[in-house]
Amino acid sequence: MNRLNNALLLLGCPELPVQTGIALYLANKLAKNDVDVTIAGTRSAINLIKVSDPERNYAKKMIDLDRCIENIAEKQMDFDSCFVFIHNDAGISYLATIQSILNANLSAIVFGGDAETLSSAIEFECGKIVAKTAHNPIPLKKKIDEVI
Amino acid sequence: MGCIEEMNYEILLKNTSFKECREFVESNFKEIYKVKPGYKMFDVYLIGVPPVVIGIDGDHVVFPYTKPCYGTFLLRVRGEEEIASLRVGGGI
Repeated sequence: MNRLNNALLLLGCPELPVQTGIALYLANKLAKNDVDVTIAGTRSAINLIKVSDPERNYAKKMIDLDRCIENIAEKQMDFDSCFVFIHNDAGISYLATIQSILNANLSAIVFGGDAETLSSAIEFECGKIVAKTAHNPIPLKKKIDEVI
Repeated sequence: MGCIEEMNYEILLKNTSFKECREFVESNFKEIYKVKPGYKMFDVYLIGVPPVVIGIDGDHVVFPYTKPCYGTFLLRVRGEEEIASLRVGGGI
């Protein structure tokens, strides 16, 4: 993987438990490689991160999802890489939108019961980290460890 | 994206997919425009898989609106200025 300076973790709906744990794990892993990490998500997704990491050891920068899209579209924010968390159709839409408005090294983290179907619905080139899991983060963690 | 939620809108499809929204617009409206995700309309940036298809229905625009936890909605909102912008720009 190329050296990255800053990365965006774009979270989806937090209904699947693996998302928060994997986001914090990935944020920590990137930070240890000197990557400046920003986490974007809905209010609930961000609140889960804040409650899980009250001392901000892993999640140092957070932003509302809609504000983040607006800032990227208006060129007020830029990232070298972006990891989009996907477990439903909306996640695919956000991934495609990021691909359209941000020139970054793009990776899809696809999980949940429909992970393989969703992964096959991605019609453009990007990194894919795919694991059919909703509760247990270990399969996804192993896939992340293989590429980062 | 609170702006649209405060507007007077009609929901044509709800909890659906971007693909179903695209097919519905293409099948039900004669005047359509294809735009890239991130196209700005009503002060929001449209989320979707390209091409994002917007329909014109009289003085209303019909477009997909995606929420992370609820999927994609197809909305019908009055928007003369947005229609004018689409006609000038012509989409993708």
